Amino acid sequence: MTSSMSRNDIILFAGFAAVVLLLPILATPFGAAYPDLLQRFMIFGIFAIGFNILFGLTGYLSFGHAAFFGVGSYAAMWSFKLLSLNAVPALLFALIVSGIFALAIGYVSLRRSGIYFSILTLAFAQMCYNLAYSVLTPITNGETGLRMAMSDPRYLDRMFFDAAPGMPVPSLFGMSLGGWNGFYFSAFFLLATFFLAMRISNSPFGLMLKGIKSNQNRMNYTGFNTRPYTLSAFVISGMLAGLAGALLVVTDPLAGAERMRWTASGEVVLMTILGGVGTLVGPVLGAWIIKYFENIFSSFNANVLNSFYSFLPDGVREVAVTISSKFVGEGWHLSLGLVFVLIVVFLPGGIMEGARRIAAWFGRMGNGSKRASEARAQPAE
Amino acid sequence: MTKFHMNRRGILKGAGAGLVTLATPHFFTKGAWAQDFCNNPTGGTVTFGLNLPLTGTYAEEGADELKAYELAIKHLNGEGDGGLLNVLKPSALKGNGILGKKVEFVTSDSQTLSDVARAGATRMIERDNAIMITGGSSSGEAIAVQSLCQEMGIIFMAGLTHSNDTTGKDKRRYGFRHFFNAYQSGIAIAPVIGEAYGNDRRAYHLTADYTWGWTQEESIKAATEALGWETVAAVRTPLGAGDYSQFLTPVLNSGADVLILNHYGNDMVNSLTQAVQFGMRDRQANGKQFEIVVPLFSELMAKGAGENIKGIFGTSNWHWALEDEGSQAFTKSFGAAYGSPPSQAAHTAYVQALLYADAVERAGTFYPPEVIKALEGFEFDGMGNGPTLYRAEDHQCMKSVLVVRGNENPTSQFDVLDVVQEVSRETTTYDPSIFGGELGSAEPVPQCT
Repeated sequence: MTSSMSRNDIILFAGFAAVVLLLPILATPFGAAYPDLLQRFMIFGIFAIGFNILFGLTGYLSFGHAAFFGVGSYAAMWSFKLLSLNAVPALLFALIVSGIFALAIGYVSLRRSGIYFSILTLAFAQMCYNLAYSVLTPITNGETGLRMAMSDPRYLDRMFFDAAPGMPVPSLFGMSLGGWNGFYFSAFFLLATFFLAMRISNSPFGLMLKGIKSNQNRMNYTGFNTRPYTLSAFVISGMLAGLAGALLVVTDPLAGAERMRWTASGEVVLMTILGGVGTLVGPVLGAWIIKYFENIFSSFNANVLNSFYSFLPDGVREVAVTISSKFVGEGWHLSLGLVFVLIVVFLPGGIMEGARRIAAWFGRMGNGSKRASEARAQPAE
Repeated sequence: MTKFHMNRRGILKGAGAGLVTLATPHFFTKGAWAQDFCNNPTGGTVTFGLNLPLTGTYAEEGADELKAYELAIKHLNGEGDGGLLNVLKPSALKGNGILGKKVEFVTSDSQTLSDVARAGATRMIERDNAIMITGGSSSGEAIAVQSLCQEMGIIFMAGLTHSNDTTGKDKRRYGFRHFFNAYQSGIAIAPVIGEAYGNDRRAYHLTADYTWGWTQEESIKAATEALGWETVAAVRTPLGAGDYSQFLTPVLNSGADVLILNHYGNDMVNSLTQAVQFGMRDRQANGKQFEIVVPLFSELMAKGAGENIKGIFGTSNWHWALEDEGSQAFTKSFGAAYGSPPSQAAHTAYVQALLYADAVERAGTFYPPEVIKALEGFEFDGMGNGPTLYRAEDHQCMKSVLVVRGNENPTSQFDVLDVVQEVSRETTTYDPSIFGGELGSAEPVPQCT
């Protein structure tokens, strides 16, 4: 990796950092500016970026990334229980454990490609889920989920100081990580992950991965052994998923098996495709949209709709409420599905393709073609 | 194109400095309101956060609870017929909201999943300024949300949760439960089934694999083994399994003559229906009639299981056909509003909302530690379960428990359960120390954002 970045990269990174750090203000008009949701924006952003390093760059579609997410969660929780309430050892431990899992699963799964690879990863993830759900219950506490208790040993903490009274909460050298602190803490990791993804994508290593995506056979014939590259991409991506899982435990100390289910693996695929496969910003946008639907759309009940349509006359309002209530509240999946279908049909490259088209359109309207250079990222095939 | 030279250290430094700058205001504002507490209602309204499973395995209970909460909030605001406001003794409720503030509510679909329930509760606390969180139809959810509420300094009034852990090993100072628990079910049902089926039975348990199932299996096992029964096997089944045939087949050849289903909601409807389809109720085993017991019952489940429920024993927290004034009043106003009698889930939800409001009125403030003090050790009557105590040691209500049986000759679609026996509060009271756990402290009140 070189230590130089192009001017465009710096602008992109600075812009992204500004948006992320100003989210508490920017998200206010959407009713999303509360710490818990913004923490999720950050965490699932990391998850999606990590996934995109594998899927977007090498083209290997993993259907089992939730396994690493869950493993990271459990690892972080055990670090909180056994070692220390400090988030740093928890994150390190989660990175190591999910890295080992990714190495093992990746080593086997990467012997195949295409749909066989997807099915293998899915099978491994379901195995992990079932182990966590009903076999390894002493370690995972099954469906109930793993939580911290006052009686946990926390050997590392006890070597330095006595337990504080009250319920234990994760901290960073004494600073509590709930609420806004938790948001800035995870935002730091999102920016770091984004930076990492940007550097990988521009590095010779990244070029190699893109080569594998466009034609792996040709790469092999020219004398490259591609497996170490795909395996490294898989492990990096699994470790980032583990990091995201650990951050979710740091900000909300509960680790449950349900976050390892195949639906969670599918969700990250949706996030990436929705935003734009292979782009840098796309997966993050996709993650934000899905989490927004899940948390905000699902909270609209008849009361909210009634006040939203209060400008309409009575009869019309009832019809409007009845129709739209099918798409919000419990029906939020329906609206998300519609959005997904529309995007896949009309913008196969995801939201980022939409952004590029708009940028190109503006470029034609104006005189310069400067903006077109921003759209360097590769769309999906 | 120009190349911009910068090293990683510079970027990290810059990012770090930016982070610190942005975080600074939060460090200063923190603690500036030492007298204040999380979501102190300052306007003319106060918001309840209703965390309910509107989808998932326990969705039906969730929908019924939502109706009950809406009714309770209407009554608290002085609308409708007042419901149980008129019969709660002693009562500080005036029917003008709580401390003069109109009660409003926000909802969240917990999907019967702990992760989602916590995310929903956090949203209602952080964004919608809920002063209290209530609801839930699963003990997994209740325990997860209860510990969240303790961290946030928000009172949690548990809805339908029957696990011993909710007020046992996982009890919290900020969490309160009106519903009874598995241990009390065991005490109540054992003598009745002992009398009906004899004392030399061999039982086979199928158990929902999470906190509630585990503790109910443990409690029922202990209670039936005390009768002299033998436990052949206890098999765990995943929550929301749908198909139970793989778990039911081994029962037939196990030498058991009683099947105990530690399932609830749709799970129980499915497992019971399939057990009946396997012909279990027509079987003879060990020279005796094969029997099925469902330790925790509700009207919604009984309705779902239809014919199959007839003659099956279970326990309930409450039943709409009880004769006392409170039960009658609640059944009447719920029926008038929604056209069907309320379930036990609806009852416990309604009562929890009223008890919270009453405790705030008595404390004269929304400040959680004072409200907690008002609820701890509170003795009341008139809510349909006879004289009831909110025990201070574990925040569990001590009241009578019903043993019920599927009605052989229902007169209407709602008349599906018979109350066999009302087991008194003295019998079902137990020593709170047997489950361990610690409540934690009420103060200092955690400051939410």
